[in-house]
Amino acid sequence: MAVLSEEQEMLRDMARDWATKESPVSEFRKVRAAGQPQAYNSSAYAAMTEMGWAGIIIPEAHGGSDFGFMSAGLVVEELGKTLTASPLVATTIAASAILLGGSDEQKAKWLPRLASGKTVATLAVDEGAHCDPSAIETSVAGGKLTGKKAFVHEAHGANLFVVAAKDGLYLVEKGDGISLTTRKLTDQRSHADVSFAGAAAEKLEGGSDSLLDDVLDRARVLSAAEMLGMAQAVFDTTLDYLKQRVQFNQVLATFQALQHRMADLFADLAQMRSAVEAGLQAVDSDFGIARAATIAKAEANRVLHAISNQGIQLHGGIGMTDEFNVGFYLKRARVLEASWGSSSYLKDRFAQLSGY
Amino acid sequence: MPTHLESDVQASEDAFRTEVHHFLAAHFPDELRGTGNMLAGLDGPTNETPVQKKWREAVGERGWGTPTWPKEYGGGGLTKGQARLIEHEFAKVGAYNPIGGMGVMMFGPTLLEYGDEKQKLEHIPPICRGEIRWCQGYSEPNAGSDLANLQTFAVDKGDHYLVNGQKTWTSGGQWADKCFAIVRTDRSDKHKGISFMLIDMDAPGVEVRPITMISGTSPFCETFFTDVKVPKENLVGREGQGWTIGKRLLQHERTNISGGERLAGMMGQSLADVAKKYCETGGDGALVNKVLRDKIADFEIRWNSFLLTARRAVEESKAQGGVSEISSVLKKVGTKLAQERSELLIEIRGLQGLGWEGDEFGDDELEDVRGWLFGKAATIYGGSTEVQNNIIAKRVLGMLDHQ
Repeated sequence: MAVLSEEQEMLRDMARDWATKESPVSEFRKVRAAGQPQAYNSSAYAAMTEMGWAGIIIPEAHGGSDFGFMSAGLVVEELGKTLTASPLVATTIAASAILLGGSDEQKAKWLPRLASGKTVATLAVDEGAHCDPSAIETSVAGGKLTGKKAFVHEAHGANLFVVAAKDGLYLVEKGDGISLTTRKLTDQRSHADVSFAGAAAEKLEGGSDSLLDDVLDRARVLSAAEMLGMAQAVFDTTLDYLKQRVQFNQVLATFQALQHRMADLFADLAQMRSAVEAGLQAVDSDFGIARAATIAKAEANRVLHAISNQGIQLHGGIGMTDEFNVGFYLKRARVLEASWGSSSYLKDRFAQLSGY
Repeated sequence: MPTHLESDVQASEDAFRTEVHHFLAAHFPDELRGTGNMLAGLDGPTNETPVQKKWREAVGERGWGTPTWPKEYGGGGLTKGQARLIEHEFAKVGAYNPIGGMGVMMFGPTLLEYGDEKQKLEHIPPICRGEIRWCQGYSEPNAGSDLANLQTFAVDKGDHYLVNGQKTWTSGGQWADKCFAIVRTDRSDKHKGISFMLIDMDAPGVEVRPITMISGTSPFCETFFTDVKVPKENLVGREGQGWTIGKRLLQHERTNISGGERLAGMMGQSLADVAKKYCETGGDGALVNKVLRDKIADFEIRWNSFLLTARRAVEESKAQGGVSEISSVLKKVGTKLAQERSELLIEIRGLQGLGWEGDEFGDDELEDVRGWLFGKAATIYGGSTEVQNNIIAKRVLGMLDHQ
């Protein structure tokens, strides 16, 4: 755990308390059972925005608290631990795009709405099943955006899309010319292919030449924070289980083969936490973001992949059942691993950034 | 606007920095600039030049080689902040700390904690001046990972002990003046029968035989004790307290083995830079062999998060005022990564990266080969990876004993 300020500790404790009491995994089960395409509980998201969580990276002048990405990551991590379904990460990523590329008018119009929860937003970049920001066909002519975006996170609940077109990022409000095709993935959350047919679009004119990459890096660190919470939860649950389950008249935790595997996972988790926290801090300090974010997501992918697999293996047969939560983490893990850069994509990007 | 207190602190820091600048100007010879410190380990043969000797004496006299140790025993008596400032200012002009070795890294801190006044006055000042080399008498042929199984025995003869037995993996034993050893004084209790004592390496009955390693070098020795007389005043702590003291010393050893900075120094050059010299690159500077490129990136990402983890362990320990629990993973992760790197260097260089000797091989190539072989020891000594895993499982994760 990075060394936190007093405000950050309070924020994390508040998020942990709320997630544990108000949003345990049983709440996610209810969302799943409800079967709504939006796939989150609106009153839960209302409670989260009331606590200010959607405005953590938004300046005070626009209705946020301006606490930064490290702080946002702390909340997202706690929510990841209990698999809380919400559009918080998607909206925060969209907010970062507006912060980086929006005009004063766009910021003044949208950021307060995102912070208050009135508007749910999401980022739509990829047009296929892989992260590939270099292969964008979506185009804009005369303020009308046309193109198809694939597997857009939280698309059903969103009323604002930040859409990548050939020549930059655009804001598109939900309305005419937009249609959704639900894509049910293993995580039972909201994903959809979104088709834009001449939808009214407003360009984000500001930001650097690499605005899209800058936003994707923020998506990477926030997703990595969610993955960190998930990995920590699987690790803790598995450790507890090993200390209870008896076979051969011995609790499993006494078997050295299992002890050493847990020691390995503990070391991996330490590496993951260091990388994720450094990624969040890099955004806040505005230094070395591309590299730090790439490392953060690459390590998150590697370690959550291993821990989610071992979580099942170490639980044994019971881990294969729907009744146990550990399988939910596996099914969400792969979706996040594939989003905003798979392990192979990120290694390639790291090598490019390092000049080889 | 700084408060009065802050401005006072700033003023005294500036004054101290000036003092360090003056010291460097007066004593650090230009010809040693950036030479690094081949002698700091004090575990190689003596080949100190007169200029190096003068520099060592100047730093030792001031106690700045061991800046935070108490002044009354020859240390600098400085705060950690001042110690960092010295390190920083030395580094800026390419000056090295000439005081080092096991006395500084392991034995000194332990003796300061457990030694009596007379022992501290006798042994600490020569360490601060870099005059005495210490070696470690811990492992035995049948006491490796199971260190407490050691059998070297010290019989109480009234005013002295008579020591018989064999130690092994004594680093730098052939060059050491003294040995801090754990020996058995009681066979009835595995742990409480161990005592910590100091043995002169030139005492009659001490015999040292260097061991040739797979790397071709002999940094370790076997040390034989045959009726060696050890005066009672060389017992540190109480009889039977040796396991406690010895373990405390190992904590210092592990901190040093895994120290991020030390490993970072070891891995100065990026693997990609080496690969670009040996392997084909395309017009964009990217390695043409994509599989190798992937392996290097995979390694360097994990290596980066290790460095971040080492830094986090320091920050957390500082903030908590105790050792952070992630410190327990540094040794096992750092040594494994170092070994992986050595193997990757061989893959990058091909057979040119496996030279044993000869002018056809560059110095860096030969050094890396020896480093690859010698590096296999890193996951064995200082508590093997398997022992580290036991420690993590039991002490950190609270998993139960497997007996």
